Amino acid sequence: MRHVAVGAASPIPATGALLAQQKNPSLRISRLHRRRGNPFSEGSRELFDLAGQGRIDVFFLGGAQIDGEASINLVRAEGRRFPGSFGSAYLYPVVPRTILFREEHSKRVLVPKVEFVSARGDPAALLTGKALFAWQKDKRRFRLESVHPGHSAAEVRENTGFGYDADGVAETPSPSKDDLLLLRGAVAREIARDYPEFARRVWS
Amino acid sequence: MPPDYSLPAMEVVRALIRRKAKNLRLLGVPVLGMCADLLIGARCVAEVESSAVSLGEAGLAPRFTEAAEKGEIKIRDATCPAVHSALQASEKGVPFMPLRGVLGSDLLKHRDDWKVVNNPLNSATDPILLVPAIQPDVALFHARWADHAGNVWIGRRRELATLAHAARETFVTYEEKRSGDMLEDELLAPGLISSTYISATAKAVRGAWPLGIPEVYDIDDAHLARYAQAAKTREGFERYLDEFVWSKKKNSLPA
Repeated sequence: MRHVAVGAASPIPATGALLAQQKNPSLRISRLHRRRGNPFSEGSRELFDLAGQGRIDVFFLGGAQIDGEASINLVRAEGRRFPGSFGSAYLYPVVPRTILFREEHSKRVLVPKVEFVSARGDPAALLTGKALFAWQKDKRRFRLESVHPGHSAAEVRENTGFGYDADGVAETPSPSKDDLLLLRGAVAREIARDYPEFARRVWS
Repeated sequence: MPPDYSLPAMEVVRALIRRKAKNLRLLGVPVLGMCADLLIGARCVAEVESSAVSLGEAGLAPRFTEAAEKGEIKIRDATCPAVHSALQASEKGVPFMPLRGVLGSDLLKHRDDWKVVNNPLNSATDPILLVPAIQPDVALFHARWADHAGNVWIGRRRELATLAHAARETFVTYEEKRSGDMLEDELLAPGLISSTYISATAKAVRGAWPLGIPEVYDIDDAHLARYAQAAKTREGFERYLDEFVWSKKKNSLPA
């Protein structure tokens, strides 16, 4: 993993990527939509050109809906319109490690089948506010990997609209003391520049 | 039009609303934000082609969302690199550009202008998407500087250069006029769009407000949040227009 790109409206992935960089300073992180010091000099197409060449190793995608086939929907559901697909239709299949993330873990979001496929691909993982799922490419099916502290496997099953495998489910490790110090210090300061609202909500 | 983070010509957007522009077709390069939401809410827009319309951290674009849900505007959903590639095709004067990815997306089902072909240079199976060139009638954005030679400086926002190269006409508002010819300055020249592509320029001080220009003035987050809240209802949106668009008060000066 050499180059992580973080897209629009992604404060949580940006936080994770910056924490990883604190521990591995050679990791390159390109955060789109930085208000100052945008990572690109060739305009907003440069990210996609980099990805097309295989120069982006990791990207993050969310979804208004995410389904058991790992397809994401950023366009419309239940009569409601969402912003749109952004670069997902291209980046998901093109970037080798795409991590799906969504803080809300509910049957409203995690559905059996999305109403509109903005993008499909083979994700590296799906991370929610309750749990971490691994993707089994051969079976095209998620496997529950770990449940976050304070939540249970039964609660995850109850709140997930799609079927998935689950055996030997672990508890997601909590951040270490050192990680928390980094998160609340250098990482929080950096995130607050681009996501002032998010930083206020989480760290103040 | 560019999105909120890439030099939007907000002063012109307000002027278009005051002139009661109708049936505009907006192209997001590659997405859209508050400019589009204002124009849609003011019923200036018939069609939107964009990879997304959003107010970023301030949330959904409320007037776009309602117009889309009620079917009041036509929407052609795209994906960012398809817009960039389609403009690059026009820039080069070729009819289409190939693009990787996208093949599994439902976007294809709604875009009969996009075609999937087998890579003609490869005898093996290798499907690839072709997107047709887009030549916008008008490119519209705001620049930090214009000069007496008619060049405009947009810095690293090179997608605006591609847009200007592709469009039939390009209208640019600017923050400050510089004397002389920026093409003769080695440091400024790489951030320019040369006058070859520019139809007309006009001065608009704080012309991007409430959005920003890097290192000149920041996005007015409080104003954007206020707009996002107000525009959730038609009445709130109308009140916003009364205060910041219809009234003659100098709305783009700092508070």
